Amino acid sequence: MKYNKIVKRNEFFVVLILILFSILIQMKSGQFFTPNNLVDLARSITVPGIMACGLLMVIASGNIDVSFPYTAMLCMFLITDYWSKVQYSGPVIWGFLLAAFLGAVLGFINGILAAWMKLPTLIITLGTCTIYTGFTQGVLKSHVISVLPEPLEQMSKHNLFTVADSASGLSSSMHISIIILLIAIISAHFILKYTMLGRGIYAVGGDPVAAERAGFSVAWIRIFVFTFCGMLGGIAGLTQVTVSGMCQINFFDGYEMTVIAAVVLGGASISGGNGNVFGTMLGVIMMKLIHNNLILLGIPTSWSKFMTGALIIAGVSMTAYKQVVAQKRVNTNILADGEGQ
Amino acid sequence: MSENIIEVHKISKHFGGVTALNEVDLEIKKGEIHCLAGENGSGKSTLIKIISGFYSPDSGHIVIDDKEYSNLSISETIQLGIQVIYQDMSIFPNLTVAENIAINHELYNKRKIVNWREVNRIAQLALERIGVDIPLDAIVGDLSVADKQLIAIARSLLHNARLIIMDEATSALTRKEVSKLFSIIHRLQEEGISILFVSHKLDEVFEIADRYTVFRNGHKVVTDDAEGIDSKKFVYYMTGREISEDYFMPQDIDETRSILKVENLCLKNGFKDINFAIHPGEIIGITGLLGSGRTELAKTLFGLFQATSGKIYLDDQEITINSPMDALNKRIAYVPEDRLTEGLFLSQTIENNMSAANIDNLRSNGVIDYEKVKSNTNSWVRELGIKLNQTTDSIQTLSGGNQQKVVLGKWLSTNPKVLILNAPTVGVDIGAKFDIHYYLRQLAHSKQYGIIIISDDIDEVLMNCNRIFIIKKGRIVQECVNTELTREKLQALILETTEDSDHEI
Repeated sequence: MKYNKIVKRNEFFVVLILILFSILIQMKSGQFFTPNNLVDLARSITVPGIMACGLLMVIASGNIDVSFPYTAMLCMFLITDYWSKVQYSGPVIWGFLLAAFLGAVLGFINGILAAWMKLPTLIITLGTCTIYTGFTQGVLKSHVISVLPEPLEQMSKHNLFTVADSASGLSSSMHISIIILLIAIISAHFILKYTMLGRGIYAVGGDPVAAERAGFSVAWIRIFVFTFCGMLGGIAGLTQVTVSGMCQINFFDGYEMTVIAAVVLGGASISGGNGNVFGTMLGVIMMKLIHNNLILLGIPTSWSKFMTGALIIAGVSMTAYKQVVAQKRVNTNILADGEGQ
Repeated sequence: MSENIIEVHKISKHFGGVTALNEVDLEIKKGEIHCLAGENGSGKSTLIKIISGFYSPDSGHIVIDDKEYSNLSISETIQLGIQVIYQDMSIFPNLTVAENIAINHELYNKRKIVNWREVNRIAQLALERIGVDIPLDAIVGDLSVADKQLIAIARSLLHNARLIIMDEATSALTRKEVSKLFSIIHRLQEEGISILFVSHKLDEVFEIADRYTVFRNGHKVVTDDAEGIDSKKFVYYMTGREISEDYFMPQDIDETRSILKVENLCLKNGFKDINFAIHPGEIIGITGLLGSGRTELAKTLFGLFQATSGKIYLDDQEITINSPMDALNKRIAYVPEDRLTEGLFLSQTIENNMSAANIDNLRSNGVIDYEKVKSNTNSWVRELGIKLNQTTDSIQTLSGGNQQKVVLGKWLSTNPKVLILNAPTVGVDIGAKFDIHYYLRQLAHSKQYGIIIISDDIDEVLMNCNRIFIIKKGRIVQECVNTELTREKLQALILETTEDSDHEI
């Protein structure tokens, strides 16, 4: 790729800010490039990363979904609560399959409303997210579950490896759930890049009318992206239980904004048609990096939201600003070859 | 086998109570370039959509390869080798060139997995076939309209196309790009591919078509050889009325007064040392190729760009124009180039569009007075002869010509002194076009307005502007009086002044 093209991409700025930020933290605290910190970072991006893979598809298709954190919440609570009640002790995989299925059904509802009724997807998912929250609180009578059912409890203690920092004596463990994230990343990337379905997602995001004329089923693509996003939402919900070791339903409150911001920061245009998994993961890392490490820079954690917001605007503005400037002046020099060169 | 690639017999189509097509016939020979002409609403796009399988006809049938079809489906027409390039080209601005070209092919072959090597190979072959070179990994949205057109053509060739239908293919192209397009069309013709070229531009029909067909109000008016047609007859076929236009000649101009005068006006990268003055009663024309600086000049006079140096006088008083709002306050109005994106609020009503620029004067006690809005709209509807049902209908229910009259009415209701019109009749029916020209002449004769028409429609500037400035690479290279010019002479002047220093790649 040519130099120019790289600079034009939004990911370029995200990588740049990421590098600068890490160096800054390293210089200030000397604690950034420690195995500890890196493992903790990997652990903290697992759940938002899984969700972002699903959301990326929705955004690339020119739609938006704000309901997935509440899909996650519903699936998480329903399964954990049910397993606690029946004292389930079988393989944990059934829980994830069930969460995936449930999430997919909830996403499918969004997709049907979007594809058939042709309603604006922000309104649809605002509606369904409120319904899912209400259902969890009202029908399921949600509460904090601090003692997990056995399979989830076991999984929450399953680490791939543990690193210890000899200087500080702290140790951090790479949780098994990182594998779920990797699977989500690989499958999302494969679908988007190498299947006609994935190319159809970009095509619909670019120009739905042209996509229809070319022979894509626009309705089916809409249904798919929402179903996929819901499915990953469900999986992320149960993953969260195993990462944090407890089931607390307000965990996902406001999560939609963080994940949407991460996807957009990662180079996906909110109006659809572009974005990729690599950029999205950079966006997620960026969001978590700021959130986790401000303290290392001596900035109080109460400022973390402020900083996050400012960085989102800064990151996205870089490319937008160029376009604004470009519109305000004559870009190709009309006078040029009359100048007698 | 018949000598025709397609025969359309007595096709009719109704939408609700409206007859879009009434028993029309059309025959296209193998390897022929056939031009289909007609005003907006004449039924030509309906027929294209029937041929491409998008609509099914109410009666009549289509014959292809000696087989009769009363109802074609989209996939059937593709199988039969019929390809349509729509006016908007149906390309994906966010995808690469290679993918745009190959995507239909992949879908057609019901592929599930994308083979990127294959995509690139197919795209490369398709581009080579029409003899153009565009980087395969470029994002299509960054390319020029002409390149997008070429991509749409390359894409249409992939399914053994035998008939390519091009809907208003030239409307956004410069003359040079049009001639390149025409040479590609001839190349396709040599391969035995038939072309149905939909256009309402007479000079294009002359230049490219073997035969032509004209539709009017859902009826076929005529099919004939393109050779020997003259412009009067053609306009008559299209509009059903005899329209003759003579050169605009202003009466007793007071050269001591000027409504608008610019002196050595410059814009960085845009134009340099522009000088002209408009006297009361004049219409001046500014013409030049796309990218000559004509639009930048118009935008500068309306405050969208800020001039880097030079002076502007309004009624012989020096002024500066810093923003469109500023221009509006100084009674300068600008009818922009692209009605759809710059001229109208497409989701709004006719009324709201008509009042948008003048809302400050349509208030009572600080709030919008809808009685005034209505009466303002109605007076311009009458004045300009806009055809509509209700002023509260969406602007999109109107034809291009009537939409443009709304844009004109919107600006006239601001009571402007200077009226700048950029490409005022692009995509406007011939009938409405003459109405607009007639109205502008009336305005000029009242001597209250200074009117500038910026256009690359040679007839438009020649007939309606008493003085014509030719702009080239940001400089005015020639000033002429319309009565001393002919169409050919003006065309030659525009081209000649560019070609001597043309270093295009």
